[in-house]
Amino acid sequence: MGLVSNSLLAHEKLVKRIIKELQGLPGALLPILHRLQDELGFIPPALLAVIAAGLNLSRAEVHGVASFYHYFRSSPPGRNSIQICRAESCQAMGSRALEAHAQRTLQCKFDQTSADGEFTLLPVYCLGNCACSPAVRVGDKVYGHVDAAKFDALVAALSTSEVEVK
Amino acid sequence: MTAAPSKIYIPRDTTACSLGADRVAEVIQQHIRKHQLALEIVRNGSRGLYWLEPMLEFETEQGRVACGPITPEKADEFMAAACWRNIDKHPLYLGLTEEIDYLKKQQRLTFSRVGIIAPTSLEDYCRHGGFAGLRTALAMKPQAIISCVTDSGLRGRGGAAFPTGIKWQTVLDTTSAQKYIVCNADEGDSGTYSDRMIMESDPFSLLEGMIISALAVGANQGYIYLREEYPLAKEVLNNAIDVAYANGYLGSAIAGSKFSFDLELRLGAGAYICGEETSMLESLEGKRGEVRPKPPLPAISGLFGQPTVVNNVISLATVPIILALGAEHYERYGAGRCRGTLPFQLAGNIKYAGLVELAFGYSLRNLLEDFGGGTRSGKPIRAVQVGGPLGAYLPESQWDTALDYEAFIEIDAVLGHGGVVVFDDSVDMSEQARFSMEFCAIESCGKCTPCRIGSVRGVELIDKICAGDAPTQNSILLEDLCYTMANASLCAMGGMTPIPVRSALKHFAEDFEDAIGPSPKP
Repeated sequence: MGLVSNSLLAHEKLVKRIIKELQGLPGALLPILHRLQDELGFIPPALLAVIAAGLNLSRAEVHGVASFYHYFRSSPPGRNSIQICRAESCQAMGSRALEAHAQRTLQCKFDQTSADGEFTLLPVYCLGNCACSPAVRVGDKVYGHVDAAKFDALVAALSTSEVEVK
Repeated sequence: MTAAPSKIYIPRDTTACSLGADRVAEVIQQHIRKHQLALEIVRNGSRGLYWLEPMLEFETEQGRVACGPITPEKADEFMAAACWRNIDKHPLYLGLTEEIDYLKKQQRLTFSRVGIIAPTSLEDYCRHGGFAGLRTALAMKPQAIISCVTDSGLRGRGGAAFPTGIKWQTVLDTTSAQKYIVCNADEGDSGTYSDRMIMESDPFSLLEGMIISALAVGANQGYIYLREEYPLAKEVLNNAIDVAYANGYLGSAIAGSKFSFDLELRLGAGAYICGEETSMLESLEGKRGEVRPKPPLPAISGLFGQPTVVNNVISLATVPIILALGAEHYERYGAGRCRGTLPFQLAGNIKYAGLVELAFGYSLRNLLEDFGGGTRSGKPIRAVQVGGPLGAYLPESQWDTALDYEAFIEIDAVLGHGGVVVFDDSVDMSEQARFSMEFCAIESCGKCTPCRIGSVRGVELIDKICAGDAPTQNSILLEDLCYTMANASLCAMGGMTPIPVRSALKHFAEDFEDAIGPSPKP
């Protein structure tokens, strides 16, 4: 419990610093939510009231915005987020099979995290890599022509590097 | 070849990097360091010949020559064997880049610098004609700039094809002291990547277009609304903006004039609907990306209630060349009411995927045959979706249609942003129709009922039809639903979702037949 309230305090401090820095921007809410998610990996629901107070908005308004956009998350992701493109160009190159393979391999569905906390699987609708479909994104890296074997290699590489860090 | 090349170009573009271009650059850099080679690496953008990526280019006495694809695995061997010294002997040698058939057959205007220059080198940009359009514009009255854009015939390249000059005129004619230029860089259509290429490979052309637009309508603040899904474009654009500020092309007294213009990059957050202009403006204001009713037009009351030019990346990036070469030069290209060029993007299951900038009027079949080269899988092409997820699926009988906004509307299709997604004969068109409705359900902003509820009902109806559950009656219901969505939705999201659905039902009816029942064709 002490840990939880400690991290909440740290988060509050962080969000207040971000608000102070960005509140002068016209339409500051999205940039603030982005910065927060960049720092924490998600937007803790407990912080919505702090943002609301900082921007003179209601908590409902801030919740409305944070929950509207697919990209903003309200819970922490796994150590790696894997986005698989589900849009037409990738469908034409077998992304439906890739999606099924990924879900089987990671033993989780879209918007879920694998049991070991390593991978969060996310759908994405176009990475602009349609000349080399199917496309997958991890962090800021995009991969092209991804089939089941390439996906497995990618997962293996990401898992290994995590182990090395430990 | 007489002398060994001194410069090697390695693309830094999302797709080239997705095929290992960054790794190739690392390998080559290691060799250069280890053997102290007199070879300079330049990270250019991509020429858009994506099946050849990573495509290396070398500066030679004859001009730039290309070699590709050089994968990271091949790069080591390539350098170890010093292939670069006698590049014309290499089995993957492609000759002079400009003479590669795929590139030579194109009419590159908007993309004239793409893949050639180092994206954020102001020097490269200026050496290749950059800021010539701005210099011309700075010597003109606002009305003359707008007349030039109007006379060029340029229409919105985001897909709606509204005349750009008329939009600017509306903003110029308002009396507000505060006006905005907003660039819609939320390129969400599957099968499209031309905006991404401009932003990653020639970002100054977009900045220049925005500056000219601001000069024309009297705006002093601009925003680029970029999708979060484009991390490299974000990095390159931010660098370009910094360079432009540092060199007096943004901020106060632009290029030595009295004119000031500030520009900021903002990120979307994974909402397809924010490609719709009013929804994007809401998002920029820090709100839910819900569509606004029109009127008022954004040109009258847009961002923060002020007159706002909202243009797509390609529209804006095309403006400099129109100003530099003159309206007549641009207007000479094209057919009918479609003037100039459109960068087509070949995607999906296609052998030679890439960026093909052509004057309007070429036929879809010629585009597929002269450039596409058939499917990647080697099977026959069955359907082609043109214009993104809200565009029609075209069967072979329609491929002779000219690539022209009006010609496409005549066959109940859209040219949109120029994306061409090819499917081979393994495609199940009922799945594609279902996905169109499903995508609309996922991405609907929820403001209007036909889109929010209609899309969910659409998925259910297609499931019932395919399961043989009263297919005839449900097909009638589905058509009725499509009619309601098309006519009663607030924006193009719900309004155009019926286009791919109806085209699939009309041209590929056999895919909706249940094993038990007959064809449910309405």
